[in-house]
Amino acid sequence: MSSLFSKDNQKVFLEPLNLNNPILVQVLGICSALAVTSKLEPSIVMGLSVTVITAFSNVIISLLRKTIPNRIRIIIQLVVVAALVTIVSMVLKAFAYDVSVELSVYVGLIITNCILMGRLEAFAMSNEPWPSFLDGVGSGLGYAWILVVVGAVRELFGSGTLLNIRIIPQFCYDAGYMDNGMMTMPAMAMIILGCVVWAHRALVKE
Amino acid sequence: MEHAFSLFVRSIFVDNMIFASFLGMCSYLAVSKNVKTSFGLGVAVTFVLLVTLPVNYLLQTKVLAADGIFGIDLTYLSFILFIAVIAGIVQLVEMVVERFSPSLYNALGIFLPLIAVNCAIMGGSLFMQQRISMDPATSSQAIGSVGDAFIYALGSGIGWLLAIVALAAIREKMAYSVVPKSLQGLGITFITVGLMAMAFMCFSGLSL
Repeated sequence: MSSLFSKDNQKVFLEPLNLNNPILVQVLGICSALAVTSKLEPSIVMGLSVTVITAFSNVIISLLRKTIPNRIRIIIQLVVVAALVTIVSMVLKAFAYDVSVELSVYVGLIITNCILMGRLEAFAMSNEPWPSFLDGVGSGLGYAWILVVVGAVRELFGSGTLLNIRIIPQFCYDAGYMDNGMMTMPAMAMIILGCVVWAHRALVKE
Repeated sequence: MEHAFSLFVRSIFVDNMIFASFLGMCSYLAVSKNVKTSFGLGVAVTFVLLVTLPVNYLLQTKVLAADGIFGIDLTYLSFILFIAVIAGIVQLVEMVVERFSPSLYNALGIFLPLIAVNCAIMGGSLFMQQRISMDPATSSQAIGSVGDAFIYALGSGIGWLLAIVALAAIREKMAYSVVPKSLQGLGITFITVGLMAMAFMCFSGLSL
């Protein structure tokens, strides 16, 4: 049991959360991070979906790694990921229809999310299933928390709510406070993410 | 004809792949360090879009749709089929470029095979799938034929090319300016793209 959570495995899990964050340091998976974060709820759903898909695709590829011919590995990886994404998209349509409409094509675009291909190529192809699983969960959560931060800032200042619950009270509006409509526009997502990168680089010294 | 023209202009400026829907961001940020390579990548992306979108359009309407050759609704297979088509065509393009233009092949390096996982390509196909159900009479975004799919691909490809060349030019100039230390590199690039996206927002009022 102790070997399951050895020092190495802990490192594999914790590194992508901060020091080697997929978005802030490796610059992977930016597209969806920007597009779905205009509200907090879709950001959380998207973060969780990506975590589930990275974890399980890592396990599957890690199990198959000795049988995959080198030349066609990209296509095999893509097919495994596409099958998992199809399942997740069906589950979302069945149990969270409103969010899946809001996410629209970006659920399908998880297939081409660079985090997945990056982890499959760099980790799952050369490691055992259990560390690969931890690596997948770690990378997915590292991606998810950035989405949650950006989504929370944009929803709070863009519409004055969090998870559709009003946070900024009515008397502020009566006193002349206004929502910043700019925050819900795509352009602000870039600028907020730029500031998150700035803060992260300033706080975390390599 | 009028519909084709407005679809073309819309897909370049209003529904720009980068500034309106953030597609293909990874290679956009990684390759935009100089104008020449970024132009090459832009051309490659446009070319792959031009080939994959009409093929995927035909697959979607003739094979997967409920009134296709199998007579049953197979759209749940669309993700797997689209990505297989894209990966196959990228492999083909890679071989053709290697054979006929080794210098471009070397300049693009790892990014040529990575076009297969460029979200702009897959995103193009998925947006096309959504737009098939729109009515061409009322919406200038609707895609009703292979020709429309081709024009949409051309417009989005040119839009992507325009965006990456513009960013590369700005970054070449920015190399000489003084940027706060922790904002250097990625941070300032994000903010630049954000400002460019704001500039492109003024096209959203364009009605055609």
